[in-house]
Amino acid sequence: MTARKSAWLTFVALAIGLALLPFLVEAGLGRSWVRIMDLALLYVMLAVGLNIVVGYAGLLDLGYIAFYAVGAYCYALLASPHFGLHLPFWLLLPMGAALAGLFGLLLGAPTLRLRGDYLAIVTLGFGEIIRIFLNNLNAPFNLTNGPQGVNLIDPIRIAGFSLGKTHHILGFTVSSPQLYYYFFLILTLVAIFVALRLQDSRIGRAWAAIREDELAAQASGINLRNTKLLAFAMGATFGGLAGGLFAGFQGFISPESFNLMESIMILCMIVLGGMGNIPGVVLGAVMLTVLPEALRYVGDLQRSLLGHVVVAPDDLRMLMFGFALILMMLFRPAGLLPSRQRKNEFKHD
Amino acid sequence: MDILVQQLINGLVLGSVYALVALGYTMVYGILELINFAHGEVTMFGAMIALAVISALMGAGVDLPGVVIALLGLLTAIPACMLLGYGIERLAYRPLRNAPRLAPLITAIGVSIVLQNIAMLIWGRQYISFPPILPQGHHNLLGARITDVQILILITSVVLMIALTLLVKRTQLGRAMRATAQSPQLAGLMGVNANHVISLTFIIGSGIAAVAGVLVSAYYGLAHYYMGFLLGLKAFSAAVLGGIGNLAGAMLGGLLLGVIESLGAGYIGDITGGFLGSNYQDVFAFFVLIVVLIVRPSGLLGQASHDRA
Repeated sequence: MTARKSAWLTFVALAIGLALLPFLVEAGLGRSWVRIMDLALLYVMLAVGLNIVVGYAGLLDLGYIAFYAVGAYCYALLASPHFGLHLPFWLLLPMGAALAGLFGLLLGAPTLRLRGDYLAIVTLGFGEIIRIFLNNLNAPFNLTNGPQGVNLIDPIRIAGFSLGKTHHILGFTVSSPQLYYYFFLILTLVAIFVALRLQDSRIGRAWAAIREDELAAQASGINLRNTKLLAFAMGATFGGLAGGLFAGFQGFISPESFNLMESIMILCMIVLGGMGNIPGVVLGAVMLTVLPEALRYVGDLQRSLLGHVVVAPDDLRMLMFGFALILMMLFRPAGLLPSRQRKNEFKHD
Repeated sequence: MDILVQQLINGLVLGSVYALVALGYTMVYGILELINFAHGEVTMFGAMIALAVISALMGAGVDLPGVVIALLGLLTAIPACMLLGYGIERLAYRPLRNAPRLAPLITAIGVSIVLQNIAMLIWGRQYISFPPILPQGHHNLLGARITDVQILILITSVVLMIALTLLVKRTQLGRAMRATAQSPQLAGLMGVNANHVISLTFIIGSGIAAVAGVLVSAYYGLAHYYMGFLLGLKAFSAAVLGGIGNLAGAMLGGLLLGVIESLGAGYIGDITGGFLGSNYQDVFAFFVLIVVLIVRPSGLLGQASHDRA
């Protein structure tokens, strides 16, 4: 069998697997796991977006969740009873993405001179400022509804076809989480395709050059300002896109969902998976969404082994996550599937 | 006028605690160029351990003056936190000393998450109140009120800051620390054991953090497993504001940040015509941080370094 043929076979098998997955999961593990898969796809989108900023351009961003929040709130406020507006989905999604992109420029412009740790801290501060404003902009006029968040957000509806309901298609019963899965899967694949193409484009090479050596990149005629701003805006647009989808999918959002821990979580996804390398990023995002959920079964395990639950699994989740981060950095700092470039970097040291 | 003085006093007291925590950040950054994200959690452990000892002593019916009981709590928390700081450096940071910059940063975040959750498992999710064992009186100062606890915090902080300055400026260890901060390799050639110095830096910083944790919990009357996080971020902002790596800068930055925060929370309602209220208090630290880094990345007292910004 030629290499080309086997690549095609893998591709077809993967496509069939991804298409059947939600049915197998719903039958085997239950509907809540299909929802977790939907969330995992959103996180893949977010991780792919953050990877543009951190992995490609080397700009450490700890406030990435702010763009997710902007996209989510844009969708939520314009498609819920909060203002009584119910704008169509196809208008809202690009709007949220564009607004998030604008915020990306807003963050990028003043921080162009910063790098490394300082940039990380400033972006962290930016994320916190956005969250504090979301939390408090319910007075004197009620923009965000404060800590209570926005409720009863319209489900995603495409040309009259609502993803929020169960449908019967060609004799199959397809539940709402399964519909969301297919929709998110398509968008995720588009996002991955765009990210892959970007990496090999002129812009992608410029980003890599900046990441490796800013001075040398500038000397080779790369416009630092525009290239960096583009990375921020591009990453933020992905974040805004995922945010809008999240709001429509979840039906409810509050500032709680956009705290610093989420930013860190997404950063960890790309670091654990293998920064700069799309398959690694996807693996990291899926792993970190699914593993904490799987940890819920630790409660049952304790009951069957020790007779009662000693430590609540919810309390254990973050602890395990923290330990995983430390151990990962100590033993495999380049990630599970490192890009070739980064692997070499770690070898040199 | 009274309000202005009152906010200034509150700001200085809060700022002196920020300054203590900021010292720990700045010392570590000065030597390792590492943002020790877990430092805020060490502060929190200081408060929690002290409170555990205090409530154990009171529960056992120990008949001692309140100040002595608080002091016993503090004297347990300090060595415990020193040990914690030493352990963090040895296990989490030292193996990564030569790795690319992102690796220790992620590890630091990991350590911070682990410590938070260990504290939550030990002491639970609820707020723990600081028993009213310290003097509860208050005095008039230019028409404003200053409490005994506030005076205690100010005195303790100032004494500690002076002691640390003397340690770094006047002692053999201090000279070794400054030399290591300049260049670990060169310091090594001069017979300084860099590992030793770095360990001691973590130990001293964590000891000070323990004191800060106890002071801040006494000030608010509360402690919580999550308290170290925001405190740490603000203290880091203070360290950056003053010029990271610079001890005097951390103190100045801490005090300044405390005052800015107090005045900001007190006056923001008037300035914005009621649009923004005192619930925006936590925004100021980040806002100041961003402005400083953009206008003067080396901080108020820091030297420009091409590598950091």
